[in-house]
Amino acid sequence: MKDFLLVYRNDFKNQPTGSPEELQAVTKKWMDWIGGIAAQNKLTNQGNRLGSEGKVVRPNNVVTDGPYTEIKELIGGYSIINAESYDEAVEIAKGCPIFEFGGNVEVRDINPM
Amino acid sequence: MEQQELIPHLFRTEFSKITAVLGKLFGFEHIEIAEDIASDTFLLASETWSIKGLPENPVAWLYTIAKNKARDYLRRNKLFAEKITTEIRYSNTELHEIDIDLSDNNIIDSQLQMMFAICHPSIPAEAQIGLSLRILCGFGIEEIANAFLSNKETINKRLTRAKGKLREENVKIAFPVSAEIDKRLETVLTTLYLLFNEGYYSLSQNTSLRKELCLEAMRLNYLLAANEATNKPMVNALLALMCFHASRFEARINQHGEQVLYDDQDINLWDNELIKRGKYYLNAAAEGNEVSKYHLEAGIAWWHTNRNDTAEKWEGILQLYNKLLIIEYSPMAALNRTYALAKANGKPAAIAEAEKLKLVDNHLYYSLLGYLYTDVDNEKAVEHLKKALELAKSETDKATIEKNINKIPTKTKI
Repeated sequence: MKDFLLVYRNDFKNQPTGSPEELQAVTKKWMDWIGGIAAQNKLTNQGNRLGSEGKVVRPNNVVTDGPYTEIKELIGGYSIINAESYDEAVEIAKGCPIFEFGGNVEVRDINPM
Repeated sequence: MEQQELIPHLFRTEFSKITAVLGKLFGFEHIEIAEDIASDTFLLASETWSIKGLPENPVAWLYTIAKNKARDYLRRNKLFAEKITTEIRYSNTELHEIDIDLSDNNIIDSQLQMMFAICHPSIPAEAQIGLSLRILCGFGIEEIANAFLSNKETINKRLTRAKGKLREENVKIAFPVSAEIDKRLETVLTTLYLLFNEGYYSLSQNTSLRKELCLEAMRLNYLLAANEATNKPMVNALLALMCFHASRFEARINQHGEQVLYDDQDINLWDNELIKRGKYYLNAAAEGNEVSKYHLEAGIAWWHTNRNDTAEKWEGILQLYNKLLIIEYSPMAALNRTYALAKANGKPAAIAEAEKLKLVDNHLYYSLLGYLYTDVDNEKAVEHLKKALELAKSETDKATIEKNINKIPTKTKI
């Protein structure tokens, strides 16, 4: 078993909007998906959602607002799962509800320091 | 109460009180002396009472004897007495003046502190439950052996080893400092949770003993809720969970001692008073932001106090199981979550998820698959149920599975 980081990315214009019911339906999809991974005992860390604002610190004390000036895709959150292989981790990532909203999942293996 | 019932009842409750108070006075390293004095007191009581009849106030009688026996012991063992008098900083006190305080307040404090001493992370959960039953609940070794489906020798060994370990660790009968209380409380609650489950899900046929275990777990949990320092949301959540489960006690076991499945229970036998109390503690648990696994399990148990199948109910249960599994995985929660998923999102979605669980040693897994495939693919359903039948151990489980197989219409029958 090895830990894999799932990084959820989406165009910030694709942030789900709508009525409370619609937003709740989105939450349900995420919770059912994460719950399904946990039910296989493959969830290492539920992870977190990230806020939509951000700062980037560059050399020479240059601080800019957000990473959005150059890329429009932003990291919305992350989770850590455990799987036997990259293939299995990718298989799990394929069930992510983010694809319904135009986003993608980056899968990275974690090498403990 | 008749005398035959009264004495064992008194023995349990008063044994644990006397042992806790004397144990607190002597220190955990001398817990066996406290137990012996309590046992001797009851020996004398049953001898005397069988000849002279019950005294007017049996509890006061017991306390007087216990105090006298404790003082006698201290008089006969000067060295021991000096040691504990220095320890309790009564060095100027004359021996006969040592206060053996069997007031309600001191009893409760001593029992609570004893709970923290016994539910100590240095000994395994099994030993914590055993010691709790012995010292906090006054169960005999034989009763504990029955509850664990074990024998007296094994239990004696386990308890002796555990006491030795606690002595070695120099565990004190005291409240943990406030910075540590939450962490230590977690261990205590785990023990109470396991003690309750031991009674609720045990394979033992002795239903009255099983019920006693649950009631004792509830009593100890109640002591925590009634004490200011330990009245935390988690404590209330666990108490709510126990109340909801216990409300079905009369309904879930029939007169032959067999388990009655939830859907077949006579809801007139559910205890509404306990359901009400469960709701009260669940509200109390909602204080603050903490969501422990006991909160989630109590929430699920609350939904089950209403048997009507509504979309809202199963969606509620599914989301609670999702959260529970995120906090802590267990195969039972994974199976129950998949059942809730079938009820909330439909069988096809649940089948896809169930196939991933791969709990291939567990008969309940195949029973679940059998249920999910019923009316979707009946041949597969029967296949899974037959596999469940192979793996099931208890006769009750086998009978239930066979009944389910027979309910499925198969092609060969048509």
